[in-house]
Order: sequence, then C-alpha cells, then structure tokens
Amino acid sequence: MPTVIFVHPNGNRDALEVSEGLSVMQGATGHGIEEVLAECGGNAMCATCHVYVQEDQLNRLPNMTEEEEALLEGTASERLPNSRLSCQITMTAALDGLVVLLPGKQV
Amino acid sequence: MTIRSVVIVGAGQAGFQTALSLRQEGFSGKVVLIGDEPSLPYQRPPLSKAYLFGKVGLDALRFRQEKFYGDHRIEVRHDLVAAIDRTNRSVILGSGTSVPYDHLVLAVGAHNRALPVPGAELDGVLGLRTLADADALRARLKEAKNVVVVGAGFIGLEFAAVANTLGANVHVLELADRAMARAVTSEMSNLFADAHRSWGVHLEFRQGLSSIEGSQGKVAAVKTTHGGRLPADLVVFGVGVLPNVQLAAEAGLDVENGIRVDAHLVTSDPAISAIGDCAQFPSLEAGGTVRLESVQNATDQARTVAARLAGKPARPYAAVPWFWTDQGDLKLQMVGLVQGCDETVVLGSAEAWSFSVLCFRHKQLIAVESVNRAADHVAARRLLAARRRSRLKRQPPYDST
Repeated sequence: MPTVIFVHPNGNRDALEVSEGLSVMQGATGHGIEEVLAECGGNAMCATCHVYVQEDQLNRLPNMTEEEEALLEGTASERLPNSRLSCQITMTAALDGLVVLLPGKQV
Repeated sequence: MTIRSVVIVGAGQAGFQTALSLRQEGFSGKVVLIGDEPSLPYQRPPLSKAYLFGKVGLDALRFRQEKFYGDHRIEVRHDLVAAIDRTNRSVILGSGTSVPYDHLVLAVGAHNRALPVPGAELDGVLGLRTLADADALRARLKEAKNVVVVGAGFIGLEFAAVANTLGANVHVLELADRAMARAVTSEMSNLFADAHRSWGVHLEFRQGLSSIEGSQGKVAAVKTTHGGRLPADLVVFGVGVLPNVQLAAEAGLDVENGIRVDAHLVTSDPAISAIGDCAQFPSLEAGGTVRLESVQNATDQARTVAARLAGKPARPYAAVPWFWTDQGDLKLQMVGLVQGCDETVVLGSAEAWSFSVLCFRHKQLIAVESVNRAADHVAARRLLAARRRSRLKRQPPYDST
C-alpha cells in the first residue's frame, strides 16, 4: 500500500498507508489526522482539507481542476503555490512517499 | 453555570460536527452522542450519488473510524431517545436509561414526507435518506428496468441520474412546473431539465402520482394525475422532508416549522440548543426565520453552538448558506437563498453547461448559482460573507429576543 507522510505544524511526521483509489483526505481522516477536517465530505465545496504539498513533489501530482483552483482562494490558512485540496488527490502507487504539510487552521 | 456534560441527540452531520468541534474548542467535559442508526456517524450526500453507484463503500462514508471516538472521549450510543426530562436535565432512552446533561443539543434532523397515495405501502416503493434506504436501492437498481421517480427536487433528480446511468428507463413526475423549483431559479431549472432529457431521462412537469398499482404485493405500475399509466418495478419518492419536532414538542419547547431557536441557536429552554435540519432560526437572508437542509447549515451551526458551550464568546449564527447537487456530469453550486429574487443576470452559456445565474432583490445580490463556473461560486461566497461581516459590525444582533 502506498504511504503518505503527513507533517504536522509542529514538525512531527506521520507516515501512513493509504489505499490506492482513496483520496489523501480520506487517508488523513481515516487515520485520525486532526488537521484535515473535510467538512463537505470530499466534494470540493468547503476547502477544509487544505494541505501544502512538499514543493519538490508538486510535479508528481495531476494538475488541478478549475474547481480546486477556485476553492483554494478561500482557504483559512494562507494559500501558497504548493496549496492543494487533499480530497482532490487520489492515491496511486506512483504517489508512494508523498509528503504533505498540514496547515495551522482550516476554518 | 459551568457546563460539564453535553448530550447530543442525533448523530448525523450536525450531531457529529458538534462533538468534533467541542473537542477542537477544548471542551474537556463529557460528550455523549446518541443516534438511532446502527452505524457510526456517516455523511448522507453520497447516498444519492457515488454510494448508489457502488463507487464508494461504507468506510468512505464514515466521518471518522471507531478509534477516533475513543481517542476523543466521545461516547457514541445507538439508541432511540424517548423523552427529554427538562426538570432533571436528562434524556430518557428507549431502553429506559436516563442520560443527564448540563446542556442538550438537538440535532435530530428530518424525515421523508410520505407519499400520500394508494399503493405507497407496496414492496418496491422507497424513499432515500438513510444508509439502509441506500442499501435497499442499490440492491434493487441491479434489476430495475422501469423506474418512476416522484419529485424533481435534489434527491429525486440525483437518483434519476444514477438510475438512468445504470441503464434503467427513468420517468420523473413533478407537480410543479419546473425542476428544483423551491431552491433554484427558472434559468437553472431549465438547464437541468434539458440536461436530464439529453441523458434520456423522461421528465414530466405539472404531473403527479394518483396511485400505485401492485401485483402480488410488489409495485407494477403507477397512475399519474393526468390519467396516464407507467409500468414500474421501482418507485422512488423525494417529495420533501418534515423536521423531527416530536421530541421537542412533547418536552414543551417552542416548535413551528422546526424547533424554534434564537440567533444563538438556543431553544425556548436555555439549557437546550437545536441545530441542522430540525432547527428554525432567524436568518438575514430569509428576512425572518428559516429552516435549511444542508451540510453547510449543519456544520456551521454545530460549530457556533460548540464554541459557545466551550466558553468562547457567544456570537449570533450568521453564516452565508451554500449548497450543492451532483447530477450526471453536472455539479450545481449555490450560495445564498433565491427566494425573493426579482432580477437575474446570467454569465456564460446554459447550452455549453458553463453557466452562472446572479440573483438580485431590490438591486442587491442575494444568491448565485453556478454550473462549471467554480470561480463565480467562490467569488460570490466571499462577497456575500464580506458584506455580512460589515453589516454585523454596523447593526449587531439582528435578533436579540
């Protein structure tokens, strides 16, 4: 099973297995990662599953949809060039080892 | 009085979010979450979409897995609540046990309005609200050839799109003259009606159901109000919901079209709050009181109540409402309430399925509906929220009763 490394705002790291086909958001909430809220349940409506993807890994991800791009304008923590919505990143074997940094706040 | 225990009745989106937010806000007292369904709290929106297709399973529906509740000392009880004993501040469970509270949060939701026609009791006539409903429909959709959907609201049309994609012959009957008439503009209704027809769904407006005919206890056909007859092996109704007010009414709380709450979402008993689908609250958008059925309403109201109970400064509930629906390839995003709209401006093209309707009342923007124009939706949400904040500063609490 591919692994995602979640980095908490205090620097602690959690390496967690996320099944292929699940979103990074589902992996986070399933493992009790508190910084990911996902209030709309992964429907790209609320921007409370915002994460920062480690910059050198951005090119591993598929491009953003227009919808994700728009919603990132409304994040509670500052939007940065490496901001993504974790509900829109589907895990694949190719994403094994993905490093995502968790923001300080989601609402 | 310091609040040491919060009991939440209803373990849907609003109830779950209250428990979660209480802990996020640092509440360290006892939290009991009581739901009458057997499963852990789960989200309902996918039940009429991805879950019906079998694209997602139960694990993906759950807000959190079991360990979360233990880790956060959230006591989940699967039971009915029979009564509220306001004098002794406790709820009485169906099993007879009483659970004491310092504060009670009613997040009891709503139930489907029944289909008031002969034959509604036949096997194969189903509503869609709970996981059990969705499981039953998922099984039947494997074999259903002729599906009749009663009601062209969000649920009815979401279901119709799924059934159509799965290969069924789908008829939708709607008494009103357009789709989703209660919630969207006629411009948007027309776009969705055209889309469904292009997918092969049969839509009939100003047409209701007069009876359902059965054969050996199973649904066989429906008769329409215009005298037509449609063969059916599955009838699904989505004709609105009614708030679950009985528990509150029996306890003597103020109840109208929902459990009546003030701007802080407190009921007529200061030790009881009500949130989500069951709560009727004062709203600037509605220009009076309103009851809304949505994920946004449930989560934002839950957060408002949780913050107050955790000792944060109490703020009146003032979130801007937003909604969405997925039908076929289309996702409709809405912000604000369209009621009272007297002028519309459209952006983009309905034919190209890239379309926004801006709704005005007395020259003021009150709502925006968007299909494939997420940037419009997000901009409108920010604009309406910013206007709300500046108004609240100028004229704080709009309802201080």
